[in-house]
Amino acid sequence: MHWVHASAFFVLFGSGLCLYLPSLAQLVGRRPLLKDIHVYTALAWLAALALVILAGDRRRLLADAREIDVFDDDDLGWLRRRGNPQGRFNAGQKINTIVTAALAFLFALTGFFLWYGERNHAFRLQNALVVHDWLMYISFFLVLGHLYLSLVNPSTRHSLSGITRGWVREDWALKHHAKWARALLARED
Amino acid sequence: MSDALPPSEHRYGRRGFLLLVAGGASSLLWAGPVSSFLSPLTSAGSQLVGNLFPVGGWRIYTISGSMPIFDPSSWRLEIGGLVKRPRTLTYDELTALPQAEQTSTFHCVTGWTVKNVHWAGVRFQQLFDLVQPLPSATAVNFVSLERPYEDSLTLQQLRLPDAMLALKLDHQPLSRPHGSPARVILPEMYGYKGVKWLTKMEFVAKQPLGYWEQHGYDQNAWVGRSNGYSS
Repeated sequence: MHWVHASAFFVLFGSGLCLYLPSLAQLVGRRPLLKDIHVYTALAWLAALALVILAGDRRRLLADAREIDVFDDDDLGWLRRRGNPQGRFNAGQKINTIVTAALAFLFALTGFFLWYGERNHAFRLQNALVVHDWLMYISFFLVLGHLYLSLVNPSTRHSLSGITRGWVREDWALKHHAKWARALLARED
Repeated sequence: MSDALPPSEHRYGRRGFLLLVAGGASSLLWAGPVSSFLSPLTSAGSQLVGNLFPVGGWRIYTISGSMPIFDPSSWRLEIGGLVKRPRTLTYDELTALPQAEQTSTFHCVTGWTVKNVHWAGVRFQQLFDLVQPLPSATAVNFVSLERPYEDSLTLQQLRLPDAMLALKLDHQPLSRPHGSPARVILPEMYGYKGVKWLTKMEFVAKQPLGYWEQHGYDQNAWVGRSNGYSS
């Protein structure tokens, strides 16, 4: 799910910028090709998401969704910078996932109106382009912050190991995701 | 996922998601006015970074994938068809004609708008006087150097007071993305009627369908009153 979003985002962002920014449009040209790349990548992204849900580990996905849905007092305390212990997802990661899911839905919705509105004028919404642009700005800064925390910030960048290799160091997990780490260690004992 | 939760736990995730989706979807109704309201601010921000971002500004569309290059030594504007005196004008001859100026709003059919655009160029009546259309001529077909882009306007539409063959945008000769050296401007209609990189004007008896009109767009592209828009 993470890598489907990540890879689709960068292709859609790159092709979208070449369609959107006059300076890039002039440099790259080939607008019909870029438009095709943008539209077909969006379709592939939605198809891949459907595939992950249909053919993937649905029980695991559902458990993740439940975990992200529920905020406990420790999550609220952590957001107030009180350093409360966190589960497998910290409250910030939960918010990032929720906002990303909403952005994905709204991108797909406005993108559909932009695409289909060209074919059927009854679906042409004057504001769809403006909203699609706003979503781009919001998601750009969200991804920038996400990349900073996962690649640059010394205390959090070890989390990259979790999404690339599937494991994190015990001492790091006990510090950043204490409730989850303690529960895992208790299960091993 | 619908199990009852202990009092210390809250389903804020789904609530947050639904609120964001509802807010985002509702912005399809209010984003336009808010964007217009903010545009003086965002345009100023864009100018600070060298107009890199098209915030409140232009987006450039091409149909062929590459923009024609204007060469002043070889470029000609051919004006013919149903006229008494066909003419072929050089760029210098065109700029030597009486020049007019106007400030108008540019509307794109895809939904974006640029306000207070300053244009300078030649009124079509000047060109009509030059070539003298025959009584049978009712429209002009404009041909772009970007093949196969063409579009047409009736003589009546071309006599509207702010219809113009624009040569300058914001006091500068038209740049390549904006259709150098000459483009059609009719602010009352969506931008696809304004043929860029113009090379030929042909007076015709029956108005032909333009490039986008062959793809289902309205021939009379009145802003707010065509292409699925109603004001």
